[in-house]
Amino acid sequence: MAVDALPVADRTITEVGALLRSREVSSRELTEACLARIDRDAERLNTFLAVGRERALGAADAADSALAAGDAADRPLLGIPYALKDIFVTRGLDDAGQPDGGLPTTAGSRILEGYLSPYAGSAEERLTAAGAVLIGKTNCDEFAMGSSNENSAYGPVHNPWDESTVPGGSSGGSSAGVAAGEMYFALGTDTGGSIRQPASLSGVVGMKPTYGRVSRYGMVAFASSLDQCGPFTRSVRDCAAVLGAIAGHDPRDSTSVEMSVPDYLAALTGEIRGLRLGVPREYFVTGMEPGVEAAVRDAIKVLERLGAEIVEVSLPSTDSGLATYYIIAPAEASANLARYDGVKYGLSAGEDELLDNYLNTRGAGFGAEVKRRIMLGTYALSAGYYDAYYVKAQQVRTLIKAEFDAVLADVDALIAPTSPSVAFKIGAKTQDPLLMYLNDACTLPVNIAGLPGISVPCGLSDGLPVGLQVIGRAFDEATVLRVADAYERAAGFDQLRPPTAHD
Amino acid sequence: MISREDVEHVAALARLGLTDDEIDLMQGQLNRILEAVGQLQAVDTSSVGPTAQVIALENVMRDDVARPSMAREAALGNAPQREGPMLRVPVILEEGR
Repeated sequence: MAVDALPVADRTITEVGALLRSREVSSRELTEACLARIDRDAERLNTFLAVGRERALGAADAADSALAAGDAADRPLLGIPYALKDIFVTRGLDDAGQPDGGLPTTAGSRILEGYLSPYAGSAEERLTAAGAVLIGKTNCDEFAMGSSNENSAYGPVHNPWDESTVPGGSSGGSSAGVAAGEMYFALGTDTGGSIRQPASLSGVVGMKPTYGRVSRYGMVAFASSLDQCGPFTRSVRDCAAVLGAIAGHDPRDSTSVEMSVPDYLAALTGEIRGLRLGVPREYFVTGMEPGVEAAVRDAIKVLERLGAEIVEVSLPSTDSGLATYYIIAPAEASANLARYDGVKYGLSAGEDELLDNYLNTRGAGFGAEVKRRIMLGTYALSAGYYDAYYVKAQQVRTLIKAEFDAVLADVDALIAPTSPSVAFKIGAKTQDPLLMYLNDACTLPVNIAGLPGISVPCGLSDGLPVGLQVIGRAFDEATVLRVADAYERAAGFDQLRPPTAHD
Repeated sequence: MISREDVEHVAALARLGLTDDEIDLMQGQLNRILEAVGQLQAVDTSSVGPTAQVIALENVMRDDVARPSMAREAALGNAPQREGPMLRVPVILEEGR
């Protein structure tokens, strides 16, 4: 279907941004179109945990005034409706401690039900400054722990491509909502694949920037050495625009790096002739669906036809990635989640004895996967097991990173599948945590090494989207975006929309 | 293999109240996951140091100057129990204990 024929809610930021600037459409109209989709799909998809209708319309009117005043130069997100994964705090209390009309933040957990943040995070601040219109907070796996969005305390998200399947996770509300035309972009968080994998399963673009590129201030912490935030969009160009708005040093996140942010839109030359692209053989894992492998192999041929030099490379420690991740991430999580103590905020069991209050608050407030990871992490950090598990995993982390560094000294970027499968049925993997963890085999090594990675749609298998992953050198998001954009232009899968998107 | 008592011990360390059914389920699942992650023991790391984080930043400092902080009422706005300008917590130290 040609872009001109798409309803306005299904178009890209680039397209509706041009319409905003030429005053052919208003930000209020875009916001109303998104709200109509959200209302239509609320029960069917369950993408949102909170919608801020009146505030969004107010922000849209302010954007329309700025556009009318000709105040739109270098503000590609001005007037564009977006959503935040409910892992990002949004200010909801004023200085007197009273609700200020802002949205609650739950992290998908009962333990934070009704929590109103007393401060705004970096994501909300920067996107507000960019003039974007916050429309709501999206559903996600509890504390971002999951690969299917089935671990949300507020019910699973349904994939708009087939409502009986998962959208991927943990940022499933963000990926499904962007696919379904409920907002033009969303932010997610990616600790082991939680942006790229749902982007792949939902048929949208999703990028995890380099660790340190985007501030984590105001992101509910899961695993602090792995967490990173990034965009979901319907095109690589849109992704570059959003990344440009959120990237950059923030003194409030001491792991955010003081490094200038390049013009990511200028990097999208469409030209990849002469680039050396590595295909790591270990990423074509056993158990990969044939339709996924076929789509990714076809995509590699497209890149070759565009003039890139394709070379097979080896990352031999790849099969240690899963084990390394499932020690380090739960260990960090067990420490981070100690803050939910029933005293300062969130759920409290109200017990008279302090220990009982801890036990019963946390026992009642956390879901099964969160408990499993807290247990696993506490065990790995406990006396007698610390060296065998945690230190060992950190040593293997060194090996994994060194292998990436060596390979990326020789090639400009890596090409791989994002996920070994397309979207699977809701309930298909919930009984077996290990089976669920395998979804992230191709994405979590990238977090372990802290590198940037993007997932871009590369076709359908059995009618469901497949994602191509491009992985780059640390802080070289520009090359990752350039490769993904050149591929997208040649392949044309940015026109993919779920069958239900069209009104 | 971790025992039921191990599970109870770790749950106590994590201040996590688990039901009997949860302890049973957790014992089986943790054993399977630990067996899977145990594959790392076969990796030779004798000459490899640990990596705690991947970027070359350490000891990020800021100037030690006073600046405005969060308003007290905002900070207390989510408190489950409070008393005046303070969080109320269960008794920790008590005479005769």
